[in-house]
Amino acid sequence: MCQSNTIDTRRWPSEKAIGDEVSDAKPAAPSPAQLAQQARAKTPVEVTGAQSLVLSLEAMDVDTVFGIPGGAILPAYDPLLDSVKVRHILVRHEQGAGHAAEGYASATGRVGVCMATSGPGATNLVTPLADAYMDSVPMVAITGQVSSASIGTDAFQEADIRGITMPITKHNYLVTDAAEIPRVIAEAFHIASTGRPGPVLVDISKDALQSRTTFSWPPKFELPGYRPVARPHGKQIREAARLIAEARRPVLYVGGGVIRGRASDELRGLVELTQIPVVTTLMARGAVPDSHPLHLGMPGMHGSVAAVTALQKADLLITLGARFDDRVTGQLATFAPYAKVIHADIDPAEISKNRVADVPIVGDCKDVVTDLIDAVRADHEAGRRGDYDAWRQETAQWKATYPLGYSAPEDDTEVAPQHVIERIGVISGPESVFVAGVGQHQMWAAQFVQYERPNSWVNSGGLGTMGFAVPAAMGAKVAEPGRTVWAIDGDGCFQMTNQELATCVINDIPIKVAVINNSSLGMVRQWQSLFYNERYSNTDLHTSVGRRIPDFVKLADAYGCVGLRCERPEDVDATIQKAMEINDVPVVVDFVVHRDAMVWPMVPAGVSNDDIQIARNMTPTWDREE
Amino acid sequence: MTKHTLSVLVENKPGVLTRIAALFSRRGFNIDSLAVGPTEHPEISRMTVTVELEALPLEQVTKQLNKLVEVLKVVELEPAASVQREILLVKVRTDLQSRSHVLETVQLFRAKVVDVAGDALTIEVTGNRDKLSAFLEVLEPFGIKELVQSGMVAIGRGSRSITDRALRTA
Repeated sequence: MCQSNTIDTRRWPSEKAIGDEVSDAKPAAPSPAQLAQQARAKTPVEVTGAQSLVLSLEAMDVDTVFGIPGGAILPAYDPLLDSVKVRHILVRHEQGAGHAAEGYASATGRVGVCMATSGPGATNLVTPLADAYMDSVPMVAITGQVSSASIGTDAFQEADIRGITMPITKHNYLVTDAAEIPRVIAEAFHIASTGRPGPVLVDISKDALQSRTTFSWPPKFELPGYRPVARPHGKQIREAARLIAEARRPVLYVGGGVIRGRASDELRGLVELTQIPVVTTLMARGAVPDSHPLHLGMPGMHGSVAAVTALQKADLLITLGARFDDRVTGQLATFAPYAKVIHADIDPAEISKNRVADVPIVGDCKDVVTDLIDAVRADHEAGRRGDYDAWRQETAQWKATYPLGYSAPEDDTEVAPQHVIERIGVISGPESVFVAGVGQHQMWAAQFVQYERPNSWVNSGGLGTMGFAVPAAMGAKVAEPGRTVWAIDGDGCFQMTNQELATCVINDIPIKVAVINNSSLGMVRQWQSLFYNERYSNTDLHTSVGRRIPDFVKLADAYGCVGLRCERPEDVDATIQKAMEINDVPVVVDFVVHRDAMVWPMVPAGVSNDDIQIARNMTPTWDREE
Repeated sequence: MTKHTLSVLVENKPGVLTRIAALFSRRGFNIDSLAVGPTEHPEISRMTVTVELEALPLEQVTKQLNKLVEVLKVVELEPAASVQREILLVKVRTDLQSRSHVLETVQLFRAKVVDVAGDALTIEVTGNRDKLSAFLEVLEPFGIKELVQSGMVAIGRGSRSITDRALRTA
């Protein structure tokens, strides 16, 4: 945003030139700035479809687009060159553009934008679109399409991207008429950012971009079937408050909806008012500060003992913007067996999808929590107040007895990956943004970094997209250049998308990458250790054990980044400090870590959460009554 | 599992049928029958979808349908409170002996002969699923050469119209 501001204050060169022209000279084509000015003044202007697209993006206050040009989208790139408001960042692979847009959106809550050409350009966006759909990331993807006359003829670089992305977008469009461009772009941003956020794809045929049209703003929406839900139902809120007052063992089960709905402050108020213990899912890390005494940690497959157990023993789940994902519930039939369920979500289809809700509340988390606070306060004033003292003590006891931890490697010259991640969190601090890939390093980053604010944790939760971290960190850094952005990545993930380091270097996007290098596809290896008799089929990546293919320090160097390596426990802090001091170019740190480290606690897939293991074959010991 | 009939009002735009059909298959629901056509409002199309589902998955599929931007309204039509019809065209083998028997059956079912050939009759019949199956059962012994069936269409009984209400909320 700072970036666009500085550009914005610049005078557009042609403005002056036109003013100086003598009156009898042939009128010059209006400059983009003039067009934009006219358009802002709501005067319809004659433009091409491509100009209409760029003007629409400007009108939507888009400051950054990540993308790669190609044949079909080429017309759009010409007026884009002239735009003084939209900064286009040329990535090295369309998947990088998509994840960067996600990172931008996740760090700020604003709509991320990416652009690609037809065919392979568009299909390379499929993974980020699916990822954004699963994690409710507001994103608009614009793709070029072959000319409308060629659609359906298997033309060069033709792919039916609208058909392909139907099940993985919130909505999508194929535009073949230039006149529709402003309306479709406005609708796309509206759909992406309202209700349950999600990705919207706009596929525009080349002839639509090239033909002449009239641009005027704002366009009129045509969305009779799109009605994102408004206020939560008062009766349901009062019923929820009643259950809260009656409960003895309630838990606030907080999901990503609280982050997307910007409801953290309100939630904090509800926690203070009710003094009910909280768990935050993988998508909700940071929704409530980890330092809060009532915060029990993350639930689920690799959740803390306190969080998992609290859900299992609870008599009431106050579910806010969470969706009872299988990675949280484990075996669904045995999940939270004693609990009644209050389920608040902006998407009615999430309610009672996996677990039947006793009190369904459809609404935005911010409104729901605000209304709940009022209702609970009214109950308190009327003398109806739940007594959770014993329960709070019990949960605090679990938290104290079974804190997250790890055992140091037997060989004390080896580096524990958890230690590296924990130290990055401490040294970089809670104002930083931490972006993870998928696998062991992701779970450790969710567990061992202390999150104190929403949007400080960005990861691929639902889809589990390896390779997410580097491009998403790039997007987050562009959105918030003032923050330190760490990509905490694995050696497997890093090799999927590290080409975006070139984008980072060239466009001055100084992210920091910590490659937690265990020379393996670590999470898969962990499962092979536990469930496949240590038969390590195709999980050895040779990135540190025996050979270094590739050498990540040399790779970083080749891209013009600073490459560092840390192989000894005593060097961890100094290496992180050094990385913290470099702020003009991206830094890649190759942390060579112990390869047999495992993510604990763990509830094996398909097993009841009651059977959580704190380490291999070790289950917590419970009191006599249990 | 019980059979449910859903009336889905959608914007008349390209690709909507694909979206609806794809949603059913992606969420793991089987469509028994599907019929699409225009309504009294040119900008609205109406789909009649029949599915066999338990109550809970039905609720889920209805909610998922409602989330589609181009879906205006989803209504479940109860068999008792609606008229449900399918159309069947069937080509039956006939000779001089059997022809009169077939024509008798046609009369019994209030069906209609729409084409006559020397060795076959083509018959049109309208009705609900049960009636059509019964009709086919009776014709079976004569020899069915070819048949084609439409998807079911359905409309609620009484004076109220679901399209009116859909337009008002739109």
